[in-house]
Amino acid sequence: MTTVREEGKDKIIFVTKEDHATPSNAELVEEDPDDPYEEQGLILPSGEINWNCPCLGGMASGPCGTEFKEAFSCFHYSKEELKGSECLDQFKAMQECMQRYPELYPQEDDEVPEENASKAEQTSEEASDSAADSKSTSDPVQESNSTGSSVES
Amino acid sequence: MLKCRTVWRKLAPLARASSTLCRQNVRRTGLHNVRVPGHVPAAHMATRPTGGGGGTQLYVLVFGAACVGGGVYVYRHLKEDRQRYDERIASIASWQHQSAKQETTSVQKETLATDAIETEAVPESEPQAAPSSEEPSPPVPDGETAASSETTDPLPDEPVLESVPEEAAESLAEPRVEEAAGLDTAQPSLTLPSHAPYLLIGGGTASFAAARSIRARDPGARVLIVTDEPDLPYMRPPLSKELWFSDDPAVTDSLRFKQWNGKERSIYFQPPSFYITPEELSNAENGGVAVLTRKKVVHMDVRGNKVKLDDDTEISYDKCLIATGGVPRNLQVIDRAGEEVQKRTTLFRKIDDFRSLDKVSRNIKSITVIGGGFLGSELACALGRRSHDSGLEVIQMFPEKGNMGKVLPEYLSNWTTDKVKTEGVKVISEALVKSVTCKDDQLEIKLKDGRLVKTDHIVAAVGLEPNVDLAKSAGLEVDSDFGGYRVNAELQARSNIWVAGDAACFYDIRLGRRRVEHHDHAVVSGRLAGENMTGANKPYWHQSMFWSDLGPDVGYEAIGLVDSSLPTVGVFAKATAKDTPKAATEKSGTGIRSESETEDVASSVVAASTPAPAVTHKDDYGKGVIFYLRDKVVVGIILWNVFNRMPIARKIIKDGEEHADLNEVAKLFNIHED
Repeated sequence: MTTVREEGKDKIIFVTKEDHATPSNAELVEEDPDDPYEEQGLILPSGEINWNCPCLGGMASGPCGTEFKEAFSCFHYSKEELKGSECLDQFKAMQECMQRYPELYPQEDDEVPEENASKAEQTSEEASDSAADSKSTSDPVQESNSTGSSVES
Repeated sequence: MLKCRTVWRKLAPLARASSTLCRQNVRRTGLHNVRVPGHVPAAHMATRPTGGGGGTQLYVLVFGAACVGGGVYVYRHLKEDRQRYDERIASIASWQHQSAKQETTSVQKETLATDAIETEAVPESEPQAAPSSEEPSPPVPDGETAASSETTDPLPDEPVLESVPEEAAESLAEPRVEEAAGLDTAQPSLTLPSHAPYLLIGGGTASFAAARSIRARDPGARVLIVTDEPDLPYMRPPLSKELWFSDDPAVTDSLRFKQWNGKERSIYFQPPSFYITPEELSNAENGGVAVLTRKKVVHMDVRGNKVKLDDDTEISYDKCLIATGGVPRNLQVIDRAGEEVQKRTTLFRKIDDFRSLDKVSRNIKSITVIGGGFLGSELACALGRRSHDSGLEVIQMFPEKGNMGKVLPEYLSNWTTDKVKTEGVKVISEALVKSVTCKDDQLEIKLKDGRLVKTDHIVAAVGLEPNVDLAKSAGLEVDSDFGGYRVNAELQARSNIWVAGDAACFYDIRLGRRRVEHHDHAVVSGRLAGENMTGANKPYWHQSMFWSDLGPDVGYEAIGLVDSSLPTVGVFAKATAKDTPKAATEKSGTGIRSESETEDVASSVVAASTPAPAVTHKDDYGKGVIFYLRDKVVVGIILWNVFNRMPIARKIIKDGEEHADLNEVAKLFNIHED
């Protein structure tokens, strides 16, 4: 049973699981997927890559940003059957650049650049890049996960 | 110039000859056309070169001759200049020992000049630049005016300068720049850039987010961050939370902490290898982000698009961001209290403050935190945790009735205060500090109601004063209600100047004018400012959120206007036997379980819990969602111990709709699930 209490201007409602079992009848305004004001995902409505997407972490803005952009653009626009197969040069250049900054781009294994590219392409919500900051981005999932549990450690 | 005229005079007789020829052709074709009327409308005849094949051939000949003549002239001119240039370089090489800095500025002007001005002007501007670089006063405007004056001379030649001469000049320009650059790198340079296309004042979260945004959107962008701190950009929230819970004894040096997902990271956004040095900034092929530490911007010349640092260096910019954040406020009574008291007071904001507080807290017996907001409560809880091991007495005092009194509705604020007490903190609420004195190496805090508190050290967390030092010199508006620089919805203060972070009082389209002092807002506004600096023109739209942790039981995320003076509606999950968290067992007094059962459970729970205080409420606010309303519209939401639902909250605020039953809205959050 829902219990309601009022303390001055504040209203307090206690609800059980059963009370909230029925679906909500609250109406939300319909979203416009092409709204330019909204935070865009990795791929913009025009089909271009959103280099400012928090999901990319610092990949497009760091010292290897140019190489990353070239490799990823090539991959994104690739029409080959094996997507990105003609982009090996760009990926190689990117990997060479990243090897010069091991602090920024920790080399876990040789597959790191391709892994990151394909993960980012799937618009993963988690920061796939170890150089990404968890709390410094405004990615909703990252923010909401970033509380409470840190205290448990 | 004279040569030009002579060339033209030579061509003139040719021109006359060609024109008479043309006229004759016209008459002939005109006769032709008259015989076949209607084919070509009269208007057409007037505009078309009626001279048939013969006439156009002559025009081509004349034009070609002019081009060749022009080309010859340019080549001869450039050859002369090459000689002059070589001489100049030789003389400059001898100047290097005297004035390393001035040489670099002339190089900058070179690179600027080659980009901006037609090829003709470049040879002229170089010698101009060299003498002007000797002047101590701002060389840049001089160099620019010199260069621009050069453009007026070659203008008549410009139409003639087509592909060939341009290529020749460019190939000249490149070796020149390379040579000069080579000269530059030959010295161990202490030469700071005199111009930064993107200048960011302040080296905090907003500034870093902007730098990242600019680099992502403008390939090869050169970004210069100027900060008065000695550190590279870092994030602040761990300074009052995670860093205190670290097991690592060297945490004050490493500044590493464990995130919610278990992974460790540093508070620095990026390691030093991410950045380039300020000296490299102008020459870096793909641009980069450079951080100039320990330098403060003291004066801003908006009309001249330049700033002056505290060491009298001037840096000009194309676009500037002011992200100066703020300075912690202090209590007036402490300000007036004298040196002994101030020596024992910490104003907490930077890495240095964290280090010194960490050190101090290990060596004293009693510490008092003045302030009951986010920072004060978090620090009190963090220190309180330490007190379990060290026996440190932790006191927190504030004028409100409970912790977070200005944010949480009263019932929740009281509940939170109890939780803070279980963390080992002695909370003194409704405390107004009247005076602070130092006696026998101890601080005595006298409250207005007469109470006396003796302690060894004070941490003052009583608010932030936004840093608007540049407002006067820059002619920027300061907001009288919220403080900070007043900017529009696109975060722009004036042309080419944006403000982001704690210092920005901006217009939020949904919620009205406000100033927000949270980490996520710094990220969101910094990123937006960076986007707008690269031409996006987007308003503040993505609502930022904030969060706080106060011990193992209280963790919440919030979004929008969360002001306790607004009417609220809180929807909480009723505690059942299954999902009551351990610590809440003592408090729950719902109708589901009998009193005796609750007492049994409470006594068996071993946790270091304080004896249940004489509370008037027996409700457990374990998890739920609280709506803040303004004119029946939800303007703020707190997710209380409920995570991963921020997007829904953001959507509700964005809609700005009136909802008749907020319980229905609360259903969207599924608070009973994990």
